[in-house]
Order: sequence, then C-alpha cells, then structure tokens
Amino acid sequence: MDLSYGERYETFRQETRRFIEANAHLAPPGRSLAREQVRVWQKLLIENGYAARVIPREYGGYGAELDILEARIIAEEFARAQVRPGLGGQGIAYLVPTLLELGTEKLKRRFIPPTLRGEMLWCEGYSEPNAGSDLASLRTSAVLEGDEWVVNGQKIWTSTADVADWIFCLVRSEPDAPKHHGISFLLFSMDTPGIEVRPLKTMAGDSRFNEVFFTDVRVPEDQIVGERGEGWRVANNVLGHERIDLGDPDATLTRLNALTDLMKSETVDGRRIIDNPVYRDRLMRIQGRVMALRFNDLRLLSARLNGKDASLAAMIVKLQGCELRHQLEGLAVDALGELGILFEDSPYLRAEGSWQIMYMFYMGLIIGGGTAQIQKNIISERGLGMPREPRVKT
Amino acid sequence: MEFGLSSEQTLLQESVSRCLERNAPLERVKKFVDGDEKRAADVWGELGAMNVPGMLIAEEHGGIGLGLLEAALVAEILGSHVVPVPFVATAVMAPIAIASAGSETQQARWLPELARGSVIAGAAFTEVIGSRLDARVRYDGGALSGKALFVLDFEADVYLVADENRALYLVEANASGLERQLLTTIDRTRRVGELVFDKVAADLLPGSSDSEVCARVIDAGRIVLAADTLGAANEMLSKAVAYSKQREQFGRVIGSFQAVKHMCAEMAADLEPCRAMMWYAAHAFDAIVNESRLTACHTKAHISEVATCVARTSTEVHGGIGFTDELGLHLWFKRIGANRQLLGGPDRIREEAAELQQLTRA
Repeated sequence: MDLSYGERYETFRQETRRFIEANAHLAPPGRSLAREQVRVWQKLLIENGYAARVIPREYGGYGAELDILEARIIAEEFARAQVRPGLGGQGIAYLVPTLLELGTEKLKRRFIPPTLRGEMLWCEGYSEPNAGSDLASLRTSAVLEGDEWVVNGQKIWTSTADVADWIFCLVRSEPDAPKHHGISFLLFSMDTPGIEVRPLKTMAGDSRFNEVFFTDVRVPEDQIVGERGEGWRVANNVLGHERIDLGDPDATLTRLNALTDLMKSETVDGRRIIDNPVYRDRLMRIQGRVMALRFNDLRLLSARLNGKDASLAAMIVKLQGCELRHQLEGLAVDALGELGILFEDSPYLRAEGSWQIMYMFYMGLIIGGGTAQIQKNIISERGLGMPREPRVKT
Repeated sequence: MEFGLSSEQTLLQESVSRCLERNAPLERVKKFVDGDEKRAADVWGELGAMNVPGMLIAEEHGGIGLGLLEAALVAEILGSHVVPVPFVATAVMAPIAIASAGSETQQARWLPELARGSVIAGAAFTEVIGSRLDARVRYDGGALSGKALFVLDFEADVYLVADENRALYLVEANASGLERQLLTTIDRTRRVGELVFDKVAADLLPGSSDSEVCARVIDAGRIVLAADTLGAANEMLSKAVAYSKQREQFGRVIGSFQAVKHMCAEMAADLEPCRAMMWYAAHAFDAIVNESRLTACHTKAHISEVATCVARTSTEVHGGIGFTDELGLHLWFKRIGANRQLLGGPDRIREEAAELQQLTRA
C-alpha cells in the first residue's frame, strides 16, 4: 500500500491549482449553456492540458501521455475549487474514446476536433420504444441506396437531442442476420432532412429528453464506425465508457458534505435536524456507504495503474453508485420535510430545489444507461459465472 | 500510488488458507463446536508454526512485525473458514496494547510468549464501549473490582482489561479473587465469557493513562472483527452461488432464475466495496492516523450491516437445507451475528462516528 501520489504529482497538483486560481474568473458559471463562453473556456483548458489532455494533437487534443493520476488530480482540483472543468457529455466522454479505439483515421480527423472544441454536441440514438433493456432487438432501419444510407424509424429517451448538432445512432442494416450481427453504428447531422425531435418532459421537470423520428433520412455511406453489422460491438464499447462515468463517488462525496451542512442548518421546532438521532443515524449510514464506494474507486484506480484485474469491483459501480446517490438526495428531502416538496419558483425553496431535482434525476439514472436489473444480470453472469436465463423461442 | 495487495500479502492469505483447508476442514470445526474442547490446540499449533500469533509483535520480541493490514487479511481467512481459534484479543488487541503502553518488563514478560502462541490473551473492553447489566470494572488501591462481560478469546492465560477510566491492565487467569464464567453464545466457534473481580491484583500498563491507547486498541479490534466478518460473508456468497449452480428445480438449475441471480448479484455488489474498505481501514490504522478512528468505526458498522444481509440472503438461496445443520451454513451465519454485536453494534458505533465529527451535542 502506498497512497501518496509522489513528488512529481504533487508538483503537478500545485501547477493545476495555480492555473485554476489565475483563470477561474473566465469559467462559465454553474451549468450555464452559453455556448460561446463555454467554447472559449474549453479552448483555454485544452491549450493548457486541463481538457482533452491525452487526445493526440492531430485530433485537437493536448497530446499528453495517458496518466491516470494526472487525470485524477485535474478532476480533484477543479471539484475542490468548484470551477467548471472541461466539457463532458455523450460526445466527449463516450463517443470520442470509442472513435479513438475503433474509428478510421478519416473519421477521427473529421469528428474529434470539433467535438472537443464544443462545436459539435452529440446525442446517443440507442433505445427505441420496443428496444429498451433488450437493446439488440432495435428496428430503426438503414438501407443502402447508392452511396447513402436511408434511415427510417424512431428513437426514444434521447437525452439532449433537442440541442445536439449530431447523433451517433444504432440502426438495423442487415435485417436477415442474427439480431446482434445486423446492427450498424452511423453518425449523422441532426440538421439532415427527415429528422423530427419531440421533447419528453421528465419527472424532474426538464425536457432534455426526447423522442426522435427518422423519415427517409439520407446519410453518406462512409459515416459509419466499424464495418456494416459490427455496430453492436461499437455500441458496447461506448457503454463501457458510459458506465464508468455514472455513479462517480467523488461527486457523491461533495453532495454528502452539502447534506451534512444542510442538516446542521435546518431546524424543526427550533431544533437542528442533526440533533435528532434518527436523522443523524441515517446520515452516518450513508457516510459509511459513501466511504466504501470511494475506497472501491481507489482500488479501481490503482488496478488500472498497475494492470491488475478488478472486474467485479468495476461492474458494481453504476448499480451501487446511482442507488446510493438517490438515497442520499432522498435523505436531504426527508431532512427538509415539508420544505422538501417545494419546487421551481416557490418561496422558501432550498438550494434552488436541487435536492428534489437530483432525487428524481437519480431515479432516472437507476433506469438509464442499463437498468439496475440489467446490471444485476451482468454482475451475476459475468462477475459470478451464473448461467443465463434460458432463451424463449420466438 | 498503489492501493491493492502486494504479492507477499496475497501469498500470506493463500498460505493461511491452504493451512486451514488441511487442518481445519468443516468436520474439524464441527467437532469443536459440538464437543467440549477448550482450545483447538492442533489448529492453533499449525497457525503458530506460520507465526500467526506473533504477526504484529516486533522481531525483538520474537514476532514477525507485520502491520494491521496483514492481521486483517489473516482474520478474513479465519472468518471464511469459521476457524475455532482465538485471534482478535490474543494476536491483535493485547500485542498492540502491550507494545504501545507496556513497560519494558511487561513487554519482555508477555510478548515473546504471545508471539509463540504458548500464552493466550483475552480482552475485556465491553464496558468502555457500552455497559450492559450495569457491569463495570473499577481500579482501587492497586486492585480491580467489578465485572466485565463478553470478554473476547475467553479461554486465555492472561486478560487485557480496561477499567472505567479506560486505563488498561493485565490480569492473570489464575489470579486470586478472579472468577471466570463461560457465556454460551450463538457462535460456538469462539469463546466469550464473564470475569468477576474481587480485589484482584492487576498490572497497569503505564502508557495507558493516555486514553487514546484504549481507543486505538478498540479500533484495531473492530477492524479485525470486520475483516473476519468480511471473510465469513464472502464465503456465504460463494456457497450460495455454488449451490445455485448445482440445485435443480423446474428442470433447470436455480442459478438460472433471475430471482436467484439478482439475490447473488446484490450480495456481490454490496460486499465487493467492503473489501477495499477493510484494506483502507487497516492501512490507515498504521499509516494515516488522523483518518483511522472514523474509518475504523464506519468499517465495523458498514461491513456488519452488509454481512448480516448476506448471511440472510445466502441462507435463503440455499432454501430448507440452509436452515439445517447439514451444510453447517449456520456456523457462518452465527459468526457474522456475533461479530456484529461484539466491540459495539452498528448503531452504537455510528453514534461514535457522529461524535468523532462533532455532530452530536455534548
């Protein structure tokens, strides 16, 4: 065991801290979507190696060697300073790593640079009304006519489709092949004629969730990642990047600290919530669980650094992380009591309603990105070696 | 940066595990549980040959000078085999207390014998954590009086006793005025008992006037009990998975039903982070002292909660046979249940965690 990062990394941490202090005033506030300001900030971060750090220069990144500890330090320091870090989202966090691994040179040069700059926002066209947990049964079709794919069908639960510039989309291109081998992974502009986006309002009140309809959408033949019929493999590569991103224990720790502060400041009958032993015990239970997941994360970080296997420890992160976060936000709502039902523009609203919103948002994440039940199938089959459910002949 | 086990640590676990597979198979454990042996001398002797009793004791006193992480890793293996030997008091709490607070004479008197395993130490700390039945231990005029309950590693030659001021003493088992009574518990793999002191001459560990010593000894005991629990719970999960792949109903193995798979997945998902938590708590005890009290508290409380759930779920996966004595599954269930309460149950410990963070009003 050696939990110090070592001297070289402490120097890197100090440099990062100095950069943040000197430039924090340029960062766009909170979750602001003012695109011009976000792009200017992103450009500054990439130039200094605090975003797209390990993406090669020819694709618009900073071009450093992969160093997981440096990435970790950058994340820690931006979180500590509560300054907005480099852009994430489906494009940068999920598609770019997949393009780097599986894309052709031409695709990488065309799509990675504008994505990193924040000029090309992506959405993920995966789920369909009849292909949810059984994603591989998707039916949106793509038929090659000349040098264009003609896409018809419907996607659902498509986050940010209303603002996205492009979509990476799973389509059935080989209708006669077995279902996992008939899928292709296409990239196309959301401005292509024949696309209609209808917002779906979520329980959390936002409408960044959509249905997307395709009617004879024409996509150039070469805007495909992997070969025809190989889209399932590409999609799983993307999902691997996605599931590590969900349930992040560092973000949960930040919320736990805010929850503790909330319980110290809110009162009922003039008595602080934290002084009620029932609430206090619930807080301590959650603190213990957050601790366990953070140490699990440290183990994963170390395993990646040292090339060790920790696959079961990785498989449980999304399931445990999202559930814990949902319960943490729920405890805050309980601590607020009646104040916890206030919403949107109500007087007396605490923390801009974030406890209520995040409680519901994490309900969505327990389902999204592979439901809790699908995660349990993966853990039992791949982690514990239990048999698959026998297939029903159809 | 490395947060994981070294090859030496992995090897330690593997060799203790192989030793126990040979010398303490389930039939041997059951013989101890159903009989009236005081000590499983054969098993203890084999562990002695591997330096387990002296693993925390410095080389100058005949031990091998390892850290709490190694002790916890061994405890994990002891728990997974439900081994009927003393450990938490004699190999962890007493050596730590004597080495950190004992005089040179006390160290020279006790540590070499503890390291050899020729002397076994018990530990009486319940009353400083939460006294039941109004038990308490007072020191007055050079002697101890009162009562200590739930003394760990009870079949001992010497006891490490905390008095009501958290000072620590050594009391020999044959001291005059000391009465001992075994308390039968659900867990028959280890012995717990009661000590009644009537003006018993006691040897104060001089350094224990600093009450931090007592707290550290309890932390170490809690981490090691949590590790024992982790080992037992992990074994219960493995048994459930193995059984579900073999037992058939409705023409297929029950492990192919999602209801059963999800029970196993939930156990694994809850349990896997406990492993990293145990490592961290044990490592922090030696290396990150400012975090170690809080981490020890949460580790004992959290692992106890998870393991209680695993014990129940694994038994349920086994169905009726899991409830019987046939498979001996109940030995693990009961060991987890006993570890949960000893040195503070989860609810009590979480209150301590809150106190440590000044979240309670004085």
